[in-house]
Amino acid sequence: MSLQPTLAAANGADAASHEEPVFYDNGDHHPQQGTLLGFWLYLMSDCLIFAVLFATYAVLGRSYAAGPSGADLFDLQLVAFNTALLLLSSITYGFAMIGAQNKRKAQVLGWLGVTGLLGLGFLAIEIYEFAHLIHQGAGPQRSAFLSAFFTLVGTHGLHVTFGCIWLVTLMFQVKKYGLIAENRRRLMCLSMFWHFLDVVWIGVFTFVYLMGVLP
Amino acid sequence: MPTESLDLYKLVFGRLGPDAIPHDPIIWATFAMVVLGGAAMLALMTKYRVWGPLWRDWLTSIDHKKIGIMYIILGLVMLLRGFADALMMRLQQAVAFGDNLGYLPPHHYDQIFTAHGVIMIFFVAMPLVTGFMNYVVPLQIGARDVAFPFLNNFSFWMTAGGAVLVMASLFVGEFARTGWLAYPPLSGILQSPGVGVDYYLWSLQVAGVGTTLSGINLIATIIKMRAPGMTMMKMPVFSWTSLCTNVLIVATFPVLTAALALLTADRYLGTNFFTNDLGGNAMLYVNLIWIWGHPEVYILILPCFGIFSEVVSTFSRKRLFGYASMVYATVVITILSYLVWLHHFFTMGSGASVNSFFGITTMIISIPTGAKIFNWLFTMYRGRIQFDVPMLWTVGFMVTFVIGGMTGVLLAVPPADFVLHNSLFLVAHFHNVIIGGVLFGLMAGIVFWFPKAFGFKLDPFWGKCSFWFWQIGFFFAFMPLYVLGLMGITRRMSHFDDPSLQIWFQIAAFGAVLIALGIASFLIQLVVSYLRREQLRDITGDPWEGRTLEWSTSSPPPAYNFAFTPVVHDNDAWHDMKRRGHRRPVSGFKAIHMPKNTAAGIIIAGLSTALGFALIWHMWLLSALALVAIVAATIIHTFNYKRDYYIPAEEVTRSEDERTRALAAAQA
Amino acid sequence: MSATGHHHEHDHQHGHASRDGHGDHAHHDHHDHHDDGDHYHFSVKGYVQGFILSVILTAIPFWLVMGNVLPTPGLTAFVILGFAAVQIVVHMIYFLHMNSKIEGGWSMLALIFTIALVVIMLAGSIWVMYHLNTNMMPTHDMRAMP
Repeated sequence: MSLQPTLAAANGADAASHEEPVFYDNGDHHPQQGTLLGFWLYLMSDCLIFAVLFATYAVLGRSYAAGPSGADLFDLQLVAFNTALLLLSSITYGFAMIGAQNKRKAQVLGWLGVTGLLGLGFLAIEIYEFAHLIHQGAGPQRSAFLSAFFTLVGTHGLHVTFGCIWLVTLMFQVKKYGLIAENRRRLMCLSMFWHFLDVVWIGVFTFVYLMGVLP
Repeated sequence: MPTESLDLYKLVFGRLGPDAIPHDPIIWATFAMVVLGGAAMLALMTKYRVWGPLWRDWLTSIDHKKIGIMYIILGLVMLLRGFADALMMRLQQAVAFGDNLGYLPPHHYDQIFTAHGVIMIFFVAMPLVTGFMNYVVPLQIGARDVAFPFLNNFSFWMTAGGAVLVMASLFVGEFARTGWLAYPPLSGILQSPGVGVDYYLWSLQVAGVGTTLSGINLIATIIKMRAPGMTMMKMPVFSWTSLCTNVLIVATFPVLTAALALLTADRYLGTNFFTNDLGGNAMLYVNLIWIWGHPEVYILILPCFGIFSEVVSTFSRKRLFGYASMVYATVVITILSYLVWLHHFFTMGSGASVNSFFGITTMIISIPTGAKIFNWLFTMYRGRIQFDVPMLWTVGFMVTFVIGGMTGVLLAVPPADFVLHNSLFLVAHFHNVIIGGVLFGLMAGIVFWFPKAFGFKLDPFWGKCSFWFWQIGFFFAFMPLYVLGLMGITRRMSHFDDPSLQIWFQIAAFGAVLIALGIASFLIQLVVSYLRREQLRDITGDPWEGRTLEWSTSSPPPAYNFAFTPVVHDNDAWHDMKRRGHRRPVSGFKAIHMPKNTAAGIIIAGLSTALGFALIWHMWLLSALALVAIVAATIIHTFNYKRDYYIPAEEVTRSEDERTRALAAAQA
Repeated sequence: MSATGHHHEHDHQHGHASRDGHGDHAHHDHHDHHDDGDHYHFSVKGYVQGFILSVILTAIPFWLVMGNVLPTPGLTAFVILGFAAVQIVVHMIYFLHMNSKIEGGWSMLALIFTIALVVIMLAGSIWVMYHLNTNMMPTHDMRAMP
């Protein structure tokens, strides 16, 4: 916090005295950028939304109301495939971030595109799964278990949907404005969002699907 | 959903029809008053050509000070609505005995007590608290704005949008008749098929988004933007309590959002979370909503604790006693507030083990709160106390709040709670802490920081009138409810049979009238102070001999808050600067980088409010359009990369020179 | 936090005073290279390691459940929950780049606080609702109550 002469003179009663405390910054102080921390805090709050949905599923997950149970409904092979898609999209997003680090726009756009396609694939399979369940008469209205199941998994899917919309928007922005500081910050935010959804999915496939088919 | 056939009217208007207008002369009269008053105001605004400046300088402003003021105005306007509800309830209960059914039919009375609770918590206390944090925190930590200025504007408009929906329910349709937390199954689609609960749900969801984002914003601000030298343990107590409050907001409002979303799914999609059939469990809603609900009361009270801390030390002319213990107490309260939620429903039947755990944690949480009270008392001890109006509110708080705290500890004993649950004793208890704690704190804060925001003090005579009316009115209004509650009278009744109870309700109604005089005095105080603003002018920027950085700048502060960022050496940074003979820099000003105003916040929030309204009335077409518009507007906003500008050095110099001259003139 | 936060200090948020007049303003965003992404270091190796670990940690639980490997469902549930916990940590470290240094430790603090709340909410809700069900459901034999 070195002071310019004018300021130091204005500040201290006796400019020569080095003991005089400095009370004003001369303009070198810049507040820190808060975007990444702020976005992380948002993710934490989102995490609590999922916590409520998990708690709801934990309480209601065996309330079948004489309807079908998880063991009757869940197709684990499909879930495994979906999980694979999401895991792959994680590493492809990672490659996009490496591209951003190396300032390679084409690499960023390419990997973002792959990530988006994997995300869409995930969504397509989830929509197929939901449609199939509803067609079987196991829709969200059937029992508290199915209400909790559809809401928890559907909320995750909704997040992936918004992630895809964001991803496409960001691709346009990177294309148009390049890898400027803002865009790299946004890439980082979306990276956190995308990997966060992955973490939630670990909870979903373990707690909902795998434990759901256990007797 | 309109599956049977494509009914165009239904698609566009949903269930909104001519019968949505309530058939009630009271509402008609109110509506006429609102229309006439509104028309008069719009005409005046047009006549004096304030639309342009209003839009440019306020509605689209991302200046934290202006947003803070707008929050506080919103809170005060809604206070009038919420208090009108309270007066109507008190009047009804004072007369409705035996053959006299009173003037409010039950379906109307039930809406009133629901609206009263919802408005007072979500649209009075929350905006006022958020407003203070917005206005004061950046100034106190020596920052020029918050971390995300656009988000701040957007958050405000989302809160305002929620308030608009609640107010709309007065004239279009109805509000919920379920009580302020809308417990299912009563709030389910079978028992409440109308739009009332939907108004409740969507207004809280819209406002909740704003609250959560504002919480994130203020946490990032406090963590990232403190002035050089201001370590966490040199941060003013109000900023500390604000930090903890916002942590609570960010970590609890999602729970509310999710719980309400599940109820919404039950109502709109036919799911079975909280229904009586098909495996639903209504008590799960109660469990979830109180995981939010209990921290919520600390969200309201912690900032007020901060206000009292600032006021006590300023008007005792002493450093706050036990600063570190104050901070730790606040943090402990923040964490403990997550471990007590079940005390709101001891009677649901979880059994002895669960009830005793939550009973004990509830009693423990009173310990840090008690420590704070002692800290304030020790700060006053041997201080040179000046009983200005903020200090009156503070002393009133200490007396009133301690009574409320003790009745709270009574309620924390599960067997006692089995007797008092859902009784007027509970109503008296929480009004005791919310009025005695939150409201008194907010009033203290308004009087304390008003000169900072507007450049002149509030008239002390009317301030004292307001305080004494509130203080005495409070005891008249709520002590009878303790008595009634102990006699076993339950809450939310619009009619009683036992005439021996009537006298207590009449005393309570008298108290409500006194409080009405307190509110009237406050409004008069605003008008009188404005008229006498030249006598009450604050030129120094430091009218109370304050101790924290907000008093180091002018009143009102310039857009950039500080021409040079202050460097902090002490807890009471400004007091330290004055004591050690700092000199305000009068030259060498530089251009200052600031965020630019934007209309995106009000537009997106307006669209969200429209979406809420459309969903309430099942207007599916409008809902879809609004949703698409929100997404589109958000995306368009992200393409705006030029969000900042520089205040030129000449302009900074000009406004700082003006202050230099004013200070010299004041000293002469 | 000042030590780790130092990288941010040249950011272009408010308070960045102009040194050489207005010409500087228009471009300041573009030559500002001290954004926060820069002190994260991403490497192909890190992502591949994380990916391999997470594939393994995903595959084993699926195998345990689909192949009925373990003797009791309770044990299976316990083991796959353990794998999920480990995998979450792996994702946090390799994909979310979480450590105690970024953002001066505030991110980590926020994460720990959130985890504590999630545990409180999950465990609390399950505990509370389980006791409610055992005490209050109509099938419960009330004569057994003390």
